[in-house]
Amino acid sequence: MGALELKAVGKSFGKTEVIRGVDLTVEDGEFCVFVGPSGCGKSTLLRIIAGLEDASAGDILLDGQRINDVAPAKRELAMVFQSYALYPHLTVRDNMGLALKQAGVAKAEIAAATDKAADMLALGPLMDRRPAELSGGQRQRVAIGRAIVRRPKLFLFDEPLSNLDAALRVATRIEIARLHRELAATMIYVTHDQVEAMTLADKIVVLRAGRVEQVGAPMQLYNDPDNVFVAGFIGSPQMNFLKAAALGEQGETLGIRPEHLEVSRKAGRFAAQISHVEKLGGETLVYARSETHGLLTTRLFGEHDFAVDETVHLTPLAERGFRFDAEGQRMR
Amino acid sequence: MSSARTSLGRTVAAHAVLIAYTVIALFPVFVILINSLKTRKAIFGDPLALPLGKSFDLVGYQTVMKQGDFVLYFQNSMTVTVASLFFVLLFGAMAAFALSEYRFRGNTLMGLYLALGIMIPIRLGTVAILEMMVASGLVNTLTALILVYTAQGLPLSVFILSEFMKSVSNDLKNAGRIDGLSEYAIFFRLVLPLVRPAMATVAVFTMIPIWNDLWFPLILASAEQTKTVTLGAQVFIGQFQNDWNALLAALSLAIVPVLVLYLIFSRQLIRGITVGAVK
Repeated sequence: MGALELKAVGKSFGKTEVIRGVDLTVEDGEFCVFVGPSGCGKSTLLRIIAGLEDASAGDILLDGQRINDVAPAKRELAMVFQSYALYPHLTVRDNMGLALKQAGVAKAEIAAATDKAADMLALGPLMDRRPAELSGGQRQRVAIGRAIVRRPKLFLFDEPLSNLDAALRVATRIEIARLHRELAATMIYVTHDQVEAMTLADKIVVLRAGRVEQVGAPMQLYNDPDNVFVAGFIGSPQMNFLKAAALGEQGETLGIRPEHLEVSRKAGRFAAQISHVEKLGGETLVYARSETHGLLTTRLFGEHDFAVDETVHLTPLAERGFRFDAEGQRMR
Repeated sequence: MSSARTSLGRTVAAHAVLIAYTVIALFPVFVILINSLKTRKAIFGDPLALPLGKSFDLVGYQTVMKQGDFVLYFQNSMTVTVASLFFVLLFGAMAAFALSEYRFRGNTLMGLYLALGIMIPIRLGTVAILEMMVASGLVNTLTALILVYTAQGLPLSVFILSEFMKSVSNDLKNAGRIDGLSEYAIFFRLVLPLVRPAMATVAVFTMIPIWNDLWFPLILASAEQTKTVTLGAQVFIGQFQNDWNALLAALSLAIVPVLVLYLIFSRQLIRGITVGAVK
């Protein structure tokens, strides 16, 4: 229960088109992540699915039913917001139970549902507090709990971790992944953080300027990107883009992941000058500037001593590279 | 406050300035209060003296109680002020919510139009208002005053409240929509509690001119049963002689209800600020 289908969905504000004909299928029980730079329309698309914005064109189908004209509350979905959006005047218990109360569910049933959600998220001791008395992480857990209580067909997350600090972000991310396994519910998750996208998703949808650039499993996008944008967006540190002609390769651009660019003090395809070195313990990132290719990143495992301004030789592993044409499309 | 951020000298200086300002601001009120408790001779003989010994006299208050129906006047003033405030806040907040929340054609223009009343005094329309009230048979009723004061207070209310409502988190309203709250429930249960400090500000700014107004009661409701306090106090101002004792006593009494209302609203203001909002 909870298969979503978008057919040629478009949205414009006045003359500005923010969503341009998006077609997408999210299977029942799938964890789908919308990812893209800010302003790419991912949040707008989520709001259209939620019914908070009307689609200017196209159809939205939930379990085969067209829901374009269905009110948000009747769509059987729940949403978790970046700013938590808890009702400040209600206790945690009432925050979580409000949707069921509005739907006219019996009190005992509401209590059972909220207690169950509270158990899942370890919110028990906080149930009688108000949002103002909770920390950021606790508030986000309550917001997630509020979504669970409704037992929706579809969970929508709008950048839920952006306001949390790094440690909490990892913990909450793991929690969301666990919830997805336990509830086996369909989830759509919006983020601009590609690490969240890679770690959580069954399916990633990369958006740019209101258009879907590529849809696929995380490793599929990583290992087989369709174009320069997806190749550059997925993977951290970012992929290097080298001028193919200078290396005697086909196409316009050769994309090489930082781990596939070899550094040597002795010999290599071309010379570059080190501009910065980041030692992370397990790995070392070397940033080097080449005259033809610009700033390049290489990733080495273990600790390495390179000095800034040192000249090194770089060799791309061409067989691990991706070739793109002048339009930025992948040449296969 | 921590001692790192304060020094005795600065604290003393700040308090000296604040106390000086308070004394200047409260001085007229103080003069009215002490003189309302003095004999007529003492009022003119030494206006700044305290009402002690011989000069103490409650004749002003006695006159107020005897002459005219001041209890009724107070009731009238209270009814008009509270009812007008209620409508100003209710309709002002509703209009502000519509302007800040919904996108529709002419939204900005409508907002400007509604705020225009801040710049144009309603008294310019007195003749037309009077004609309208005569035509609708509302002359000498409190309804006439309530209608006029509601119109007078709305522009500022819409202007201030719509600015505040724009700052209420969209996510919160959307969460309400997904949870099945109606637009009315979102307005009354989510947005209004969050803009309560702004409502209190609007209430204070709206209340005082209404309570103090002499113009419209004089023109629209000068009958005995509909007199307000400010109009009632006018009986003590004669063409040849003013009854200062009674006038000052009436004015002193008129301060009390408005002070009570102010205290209520200012408490709301402080509570609104201290209650945690969205984040």
